[in-house]
Amino acid sequence: MQRFIIIRVFHAVIALFAISLIIFALIRVSGDPLDTLMDEDATDEDYARVRAYWGLDQPLHMQYAKYIGNIATGKLGQSIRFPGKDASELLLNRLPATLELALVALIVSVLIALPLGVIVAVKKDTGIDIAGKIVALLGQSLPSFWLGLMLMWVFAVHLQLLPTSGRGDLDVSGLLGDRLKHLILPGIALGYFQVAALMRLIRSSMLEVLDTEYVKLARIKGIPEWKVIWKHCVRNAMIAPLTYFGLVIGGLMTGSVVIETIFTWPGVGLLAIDALRSQDFQVVQSVVLFFAVIFIVCNLIVDILYAYLDPRIRYTH
Amino acid sequence: MANVSIARRLPMPAVPGARRVWSTARRYPVFPVAILLLVLVLPAIFADLISPHDPLIGSLSNRLVPPVWVEADSFEIAGMGTIETPGGSWKHILGTDKQGRDVLSRIIYGARVSLTVAGLSIFIAGSVGTTLGMIAGYFGGNVDHLIMRLVDITISIPAILFALVLAVILQPSFQTVIIVIVSIFWSRYARLIRGQTLGIKNQDFIGRAKVSGASNALIIVRHVFPNVVNTIIVLATLEVGQVILLEATLSFLGAGLPRPTPAWGLMVANGRELLISAWWVAFFPGLAILLAVMSMNLMGDWLRDKLDPKLRNL
Repeated sequence: MQRFIIIRVFHAVIALFAISLIIFALIRVSGDPLDTLMDEDATDEDYARVRAYWGLDQPLHMQYAKYIGNIATGKLGQSIRFPGKDASELLLNRLPATLELALVALIVSVLIALPLGVIVAVKKDTGIDIAGKIVALLGQSLPSFWLGLMLMWVFAVHLQLLPTSGRGDLDVSGLLGDRLKHLILPGIALGYFQVAALMRLIRSSMLEVLDTEYVKLARIKGIPEWKVIWKHCVRNAMIAPLTYFGLVIGGLMTGSVVIETIFTWPGVGLLAIDALRSQDFQVVQSVVLFFAVIFIVCNLIVDILYAYLDPRIRYTH
Repeated sequence: MANVSIARRLPMPAVPGARRVWSTARRYPVFPVAILLLVLVLPAIFADLISPHDPLIGSLSNRLVPPVWVEADSFEIAGMGTIETPGGSWKHILGTDKQGRDVLSRIIYGARVSLTVAGLSIFIAGSVGTTLGMIAGYFGGNVDHLIMRLVDITISIPAILFALVLAVILQPSFQTVIIVIVSIFWSRYARLIRGQTLGIKNQDFIGRAKVSGASNALIIVRHVFPNVVNTIIVLATLEVGQVILLEATLSFLGAGLPRPTPAWGLMVANGRELLISAWWVAFFPGLAILLAVMSMNLMGDWLRDKLDPKLRNL
């Protein structure tokens, strides 16, 4: 087990370095950074001075080492759109909003997927099962940006029940707090895409458990059916989907780029898209690096969790 | 033999018409294929013939005409007098957008855009991924390690974000979209084909080919490849929908195809700020994406069950 963890961590570190190398290479490909920094009437001497100041006159591997050093100390690069601000500062300012949205989306997806997955497994091959399959199919096929817009169109524009965009205030007057009202539509739009995958996973896991001896014994003992399903089966069927949660969180983070754009939710995703539109390269690459780290760490946790729960994986690797 | 002749003399059980249609529809993906042809394939091929208007040219006097079934209306706003909204006409069945371009024509040409992007990128990704996968599985050792590490890294990069970086550097264009999709999707072929090659390479016929003096390249092309073709076809079909979805998402975010390409994702983006006044601009292109992707996914599922049921949990 220890050996497996060490190898997996090693792989994750390699992946992180590779991604930073790719991004670093792309920055260099994108042209001489001085062209955007310097005035039109700058002389060659000015160029040389600035080049030396930023360390651009050094060989590439030294520049890369400096780049990694900067990342390690939390300096991701100056924003072009907000001069004097470091990309990491902008990123950290926006992070709470994204985490908040991802959490709501996670709750939404579990609240829908768990009961649906269980019911669909219990009622296998009936109309309910088919309905569940349609929900799952829609989850694979609906464009998330379109679902978000349509939800907005129906619930915010037509019915005027919920706000169209923004994050709202934290006051708790009224039936639902203002913040909560602003969270509902983006939360559903973001969470729905995880529902399909989670539901399928819970369904197949439940079917496996429903077929085991201890469930049959529980039924023979005369335990009420609802208790057999919700107490004996669900608890045991949760193990496989639990390991999937790392991937769900990764998916929610990247999905937030689209959903935040639609609902102008002031999170990290919207920051990336705004930076893209204003060609603020430092911010775009910082966000990508940040999400890639989250993605890789989530995958790492999932793999280790999986190996912990299923010993066969440790030996085949 | 006697049984056969008896069976032949027995009349076929009479199946009522509607039932027979239904049972055929269940065995073959009739509905998905029909939707697929109607929304994606036929419009893509015959766009020039069936499209009622030019997808790029509109007239400003025709801006925001609603779909044909919407009737002219007028309503009063306090202090601003009455506002008249025009009704739809058969000239623009699904209405027009902000620049007066026909929505239906743009959707029809959009099918061609989607199908071209999906076809081209899946072909390139499939070729690269399959070749690398077969090489990794067949030769093993360090080559295998290197390729598989590359696969791991590719899988750990979030697709949409990678596309954003490329879009900033290379500027959004048709080529950029293809590069992004290929650099993400090749890894799935490599991983899957490598696994299958590992199984194939230890079988008798490979050993015999080696004994008879065939080169490694020949063995891979003539003996390994034919055995993984089914997998490639299934995976490619299952991926068409995903590629269409990814391209649409990128275009919607401004990191995909550039304006004024009639791409479905771009059309939804154009309709975004018109949601209150002209819902049809965003609604119909999105519906086209949904139908195309859904039918493609159903097709893929069916094909997988037919050709390669082992891939169930793909």
